[in-house]
Amino acid sequence: MTEVSMAKDAVPAAGEPLVVLDNVNKHFGALHVLQDIDLTIARGEVVVVIGPSGSGKSTLCRAINRLEPIDSGRITLDGKPLPAEGRELAKLRADVGMVFQSFNLFAHKTVLQNVTLGQVKVRKKDKAAAETSARALLDRVGVGNQADKYPAQLSGGQQQRVAIARALAMEPKVMLFDEPTSALDPEMINEVLEVMQQLARDGMTMVVVTHEMGFARSAANRVVFMADGQIVEETTPDQFFTNPRSDRAKDFLSKILHH
Amino acid sequence: MDIISDYDTQILDAFWVTVKLTLLSGLFSLIWGTLLAAMRVSPVPLMRGFGAVYVNVIRNVPLTVIIVFCSLALADVFGVTMGAQGNFDALYFRLAVLGLSAYTAAFVCEALRSGINTVPVGQAEAARAIGLSFTQVLTIIVLPQAFRSVVGPLTNVLIALTKNTTVAAAIGVAEAALLMKEMIENEAQLLLISAIFALGFIVLTLPTGLFLGWVGKKVAVKR
Ligand SMILES: Nc1ncnc2c1ncn2[C@@H]1O[C@H](COP(=O)(O)OP(=O)(O)OP(=O)(O)O)[C@@H](O)[C@H]1O
Ligand SMILES: [Mg+2]
Repeated sequence: MTEVSMAKDAVPAAGEPLVVLDNVNKHFGALHVLQDIDLTIARGEVVVVIGPSGSGKSTLCRAINRLEPIDSGRITLDGKPLPAEGRELAKLRADVGMVFQSFNLFAHKTVLQNVTLGQVKVRKKDKAAAETSARALLDRVGVGNQADKYPAQLSGGQQQRVAIARALAMEPKVMLFDEPTSALDPEMINEVLEVMQQLARDGMTMVVVTHEMGFARSAANRVVFMADGQIVEETTPDQFFTNPRSDRAKDFLSKILHH
Repeated sequence: MDIISDYDTQILDAFWVTVKLTLLSGLFSLIWGTLLAAMRVSPVPLMRGFGAVYVNVIRNVPLTVIIVFCSLALADVFGVTMGAQGNFDALYFRLAVLGLSAYTAAFVCEALRSGINTVPVGQAEAARAIGLSFTQVLTIIVLPQAFRSVVGPLTNVLIALTKNTTVAAAIGVAEAALLMKEMIENEAQLLLISAIFALGFIVLTLPTGLFLGWVGKKVAVKR
């Protein structure tokens, strides 16, 4: 934990809000999936979002990079509201890294190409510079020796680490993780969590939807508990896991702890 | 077998026209069909509408009608010259390519659209998430994967196109079918002549089918 606070100190103006959701509402037809969501994520902060299935965690994540448009309210990134369409929106998305449950690596591209693509096409870096940084990132997540393989040739854990490298290659301001380990075989979960833990220590701002309590306890600054489209509880990981206040949270924790 | 030696260069010339019709129409229909498919998945309602109407009209009109329309309406009524300045062979060849391309593009579009549906949505989402624009998502991520999954269906379209070039005889393009008709009128060897032309088409399509079948396996995307 000391490393975390050191990293945080190194970030200029720590604690300054980076992502702000203000009274955000979203419906899928009659279903009110996000209800008056207010959430502020500070620069360098790691927020774990937890909650029962269908509570709107993925929708919340997807709203932050506007993969899912919202019905009302405001979302700002670094002080600027999310643009609605076109080039501006694409630029915003490049600043928000996203890691999916099912990896979604580009199936027809090699691992290296997966990590260079956005740098070249979006950031307009030249190919050599993009490859250099891609290789460094692949080394950092421990799959440097797989650069020339295709995604289908890698294990799930390796694929997810490449997906993290692909997102990092854009030098995002914030990283969103939507249940990054829940599609993985148990023996591969740790290799991915370790990469995420390192990222948190390096001071990356992260929103992580996960049920991995170990990760929440060791890396998160805050736990946000969602149920039925609402934020029910927002507190420190220790407080949340040892002494939840709401009945919904108690109920939910008893289920995930006892199974 | 005199008939072969009498007509050998003519047969080769006629099949060469067939090959040229096939390749040019294949190329143009691939380009136009890809654009149509892009329209059909685009977020702009007007483009989607145009793509849908085009495909459903063209697919349901007989090719002969389209080719004859190109010749009668475009050339004879509206005086479209397609840069062929009074050279009628060139003009009708180009009109045939136009008609064949317009027709085949509808089938290319539909094959490609079914290929687009085989690409998991997560691929496009991940592409959008790193900041690619709609056009980039389509041309860099979705279409390349779609093409790889429809090499088989596109091969069928190409083989059908090869055979469909015979319709160009209706407007007097000197391809294989026109020569066959002429030979049948002049010589009394119906079976032999039919066999020669049938074989000619098989020589064109069979290796194409085998080769593209191999290509399809080779480029298939593993998931
Ligand atoms: N595209 C969609 N169209 C209609 N309903 C949707 C759509 N996406 C999600 N939903 C619904 O919205 C609700 C919230 O979904 P969401 O995926 O955000 O939940 P979640 O908390 O991530 O759940 P899980 O833990 O299962 O991933 C669910 O009831 C879901 O069925
Ligand atoms: Mg989810």
